[in-house]
Amino acid sequence: MVETVLRQSPLSTCHPEVGALAEIGEAGAALRERPYRTKVNLRGDAADKAFLKAVAGATGIELPLEPNRTAVIERQFGPVATLWLGPNEWLFTGAPDQAAALVEALDGALIGRHAAVNDLSGSRTTIELSGPRHLDLLAKGCALDLDLAAFPVGACAQTHIARALVILHRTAEDRVEIHVARSFAEYLWLWLLDAGAEYGVVTLAGAP
Amino acid sequence: MLLIECPWCGPRDEQEFGYGGEAHIARPAKSAALDDAAWADYLFHRTNPKGLHFERWWHARGCRRWFNVARDTVSHEILAVYRIGEARPDIADGDR
Ligand SMILES: [Zn+2]
Repeated sequence: MVETVLRQSPLSTCHPEVGALAEIGEAGAALRERPYRTKVNLRGDAADKAFLKAVAGATGIELPLEPNRTAVIERQFGPVATLWLGPNEWLFTGAPDQAAALVEALDGALIGRHAAVNDLSGSRTTIELSGPRHLDLLAKGCALDLDLAAFPVGACAQTHIARALVILHRTAEDRVEIHVARSFAEYLWLWLLDAGAEYGVVTLAGAP
Repeated sequence: MLLIECPWCGPRDEQEFGYGGEAHIARPAKSAALDDAAWADYLFHRTNPKGLHFERWWHARGCRRWFNVARDTVSHEILAVYRIGEARPDIADGDR
């Protein structure tokens, strides 16, 4: 676990021209970093009912088995989203500093099973892209069909944006979360600003 | 650019995939007993057809699963996609 005193988001120097929330109304798209969010990766056999039951028992989370779909549960610290990454791989995302508790609960429940739990919170940051033109912006760098009919609320996907590997998650009709490796975060942020210029993209203060 | 249908994720851009060469090549059960020619045949010799080809692809930048594709090497038309362990579909060259 990273010491909170020492940690620095990869985009902490990237949003000097921060707009106000009210500006979203005028802008076609808005960017906001959601730094330090919890990200825990789980590997295990989806065909093993005992594995699914152990995860549900320890966390209350029913793992999504449909490809590229998420399951969301509410916790006192906010929602925890579980993203399907593959037929034997999932990613839990949620408010900052929840990884240790989640890893401990899963580790305890999965002792002796063919499974792996890893805290990846420091490996990626999250960029939230919103606004009425956000799909036009993404279409410039992402080949995936992100229309609401094909990529509805609750859908997720691993893919490319402008050649950077990302995990996309549609959290609402007008927004997506983009989980990107910290070494690619600045590049992707600047690319989104450049691609969004014609839509009047604004940046908002980061908020976990 | 090919649009390849991952058996799990659906149609995705070719850039998300890695190519794994010819499919359905089984490793010889008693490889230590093979002579050099037979071993080289297993390692290196491929059918390299002009037309229907059964091959492996890897959804490297997506769900990271390996799977099989039946593709026409001339037109690039993808005729079938199926998971590892599933039987080779009953397609013949010129079926189209
Ligand atoms: Zn896939």
